Amino acid sequence: MTEPDLVIALDLDCRGMNCPLPILKTKKAITGLATGDVLRVVATDPGSVADMAAFSRRTGNEIIEQGEGDGEYTFLFRKG
Amino acid sequence: MSNGDRPTRMALIASKGTLDWAYPPFILASTAAALDMEVAIFFTFYGLPLLMKDLKASVSPHTNPAMPMKMPFGPEGFQGFNWPVPNLISGNVPGFDSMATSLMKQTFKKKGVATIEELREICIESGARLIGCQMTMDVFGFEKDQFVDGVEIGGAATFLEYAAESDINMFI
Repeated sequence: MTEPDLVIALDLDCRGMNCPLPILKTKKAITGLATGDVLRVVATDPGSVADMAAFSRRTGNEIIEQGEGDGEYTFLFRKG
Repeated sequence: MSNGDRPTRMALIASKGTLDWAYPPFILASTAAALDMEVAIFFTFYGLPLLMKDLKASVSPHTNPAMPMKMPFGPEGFQGFNWPVPNLISGNVPGFDSMATSLMKQTFKKKGVATIEELREICIESGARLIGCQMTMDVFGFEKDQFVDGVEIGGAATFLEYAAESDINMFI
């Protein structure tokens, strides 16, 4: 569940995209945000679970929440 | 993330120009850039045409025995079926390669895979260095103005100077 006071600065729809597009789109989206902003990404690529975690570790953009359901994977990034 | 006082670096050699082999260098380079790495790709021999404005990369199943031959349409069982195509057919039927290329492109599109052009554009946008091999240009008769904007021209020493200061080095 999302914290009630959490503000999503940007929503990114990566459904139907395959490797490496979700990562590339996430990078592009997060670049346009300010430090501390939250980006929500929805993807359907099961590989994005491992890849988003790696992206987070390499770039210092923390995943503050993630979820899975109905074949969709949701990630909330806080821009570092 | 950095190594000492510089970002992590990746140096790739792209030596193959078929559609299937065009993917690895552009996927790795665009992703590395997304992971805040610095990237250079040296395009040499048959990899050089991947820099052309008018990209014509295709596949040739005849010389690629491990390549699955599958259909991008129809019911799941039909799509999952690997068609046994004898070399006699794949090597001799006119238009077989262009048909296989078209099928592969359709499958990739359907599966949400980016095109080579898209990945290449992202590489350029994100500052990856694309280096065309001067010797290959001379041998095969390429001119710089046939290549996309942002390409630099160099030789083995240009690549090796970068590779010597890279953390990841791959020959593709």
